[in-house]
Amino acid sequence: MLTNEIIQQQLTEKFGALVYNFEEPYGMLTFVTDRDNNLKVMNFLKESEGLGFNFLNDLTAVHYPDQIGKELAVVYMLQNIQAGLRIRFKVFTDITNPDVFTATGIFETANWLEREAYDFFGVNFVGHPNLIRIMNVEEMDYHPLRKEYPLEDQTRIDKDDDMFGR
Amino acid sequence: MRPVTHNTKVKVVDAPQGFAGEGFFTTKMSEAVGLARSNSIWPLPFATSCCGIEFMATMAAHYDLARFGAERLSFSPRQCDLIMVMGTISKKMAPVLRQVYLQMAEPRWVMAVGACASSGGVFDTYSVLQGIDQVIPVDVYVPGCPPRPEAIIDGFMRIQDLIRTESIRRRESDKYKELLNSYGIQ
Repeated sequence: MLTNEIIQQQLTEKFGALVYNFEEPYGMLTFVTDRDNNLKVMNFLKESEGLGFNFLNDLTAVHYPDQIGKELAVVYMLQNIQAGLRIRFKVFTDITNPDVFTATGIFETANWLEREAYDFFGVNFVGHPNLIRIMNVEEMDYHPLRKEYPLEDQTRIDKDDDMFGR
Repeated sequence: MRPVTHNTKVKVVDAPQGFAGEGFFTTKMSEAVGLARSNSIWPLPFATSCCGIEFMATMAAHYDLARFGAERLSFSPRQCDLIMVMGTISKKMAPVLRQVYLQMAEPRWVMAVGACASSGGVFDTYSVLQGIDQVIPVDVYVPGCPPRPEAIIDGFMRIQDLIRTESIRRRESDKYKELLNSYGIQ
């Protein structure tokens, strides 16, 4: 029976101080690893005997504008389908240099997920075979889900205040 | 044997102003053409969201847009006179909408149904076109979120009014060409 304690123990044995901040919000094991270590952790979780996290549920990014030097988080969610267990780990990166190694070599599904994270947050996935926008128009020159824009652009003239009750 | 009954309630449109005599009728070309065009519109429904559902009600038996001579919806823009844009148009959809509009032959009319097509509606955001009049010229805007079928029919009748009163030379006029040029359409 695979439990969160066993997973944490195996990870700590393998990676030592490179995996940290273990927590279990709503029972889901969550931890942080270093930016350059993400593929090693992912590969270990997938290939290691007894862990078998062979399915990438989701890959996304979060912008924390207040964490200077660690503004962008890339979140990986893996699932062990046989055990019905899910696990989440994060890497943090600097927003001025948002390079993270691509997971496309381990999970094919990371291809589109990383394109989405690039599209909305500007995470640069190093080694990605086709890192272009997936959802937004190609001409867009910013990453819309970064928390660096005012909620409403006060300089816009295409909206008439009289009609929109502002 | 049942008596043969005829529908005596058939309505036909009034003849335009003109001069009638025995066996002939004269009127202006633009009025005759306008009358014919306005009562035989082929609409192209460009429905992307909930306004399209209201349009389905508009087309169905209860409201019955066919009464206005628009029985025949066409899904090929090349055969259509009127494009009815119903729903949110994202910025990524804008070139598609424009392409569909360009494929329509002149004379063509455009109706923006609902808040989203008219102005972007509640979607005041990075991914949504803030009104289709940013990419194509619009003849009639129908307000509402979504508008009721009555409102869509009202907008449709206003389109009919526009068509009925349009000069047959309008599409060749400098003013019209200027309008298209302002949208980058030659």
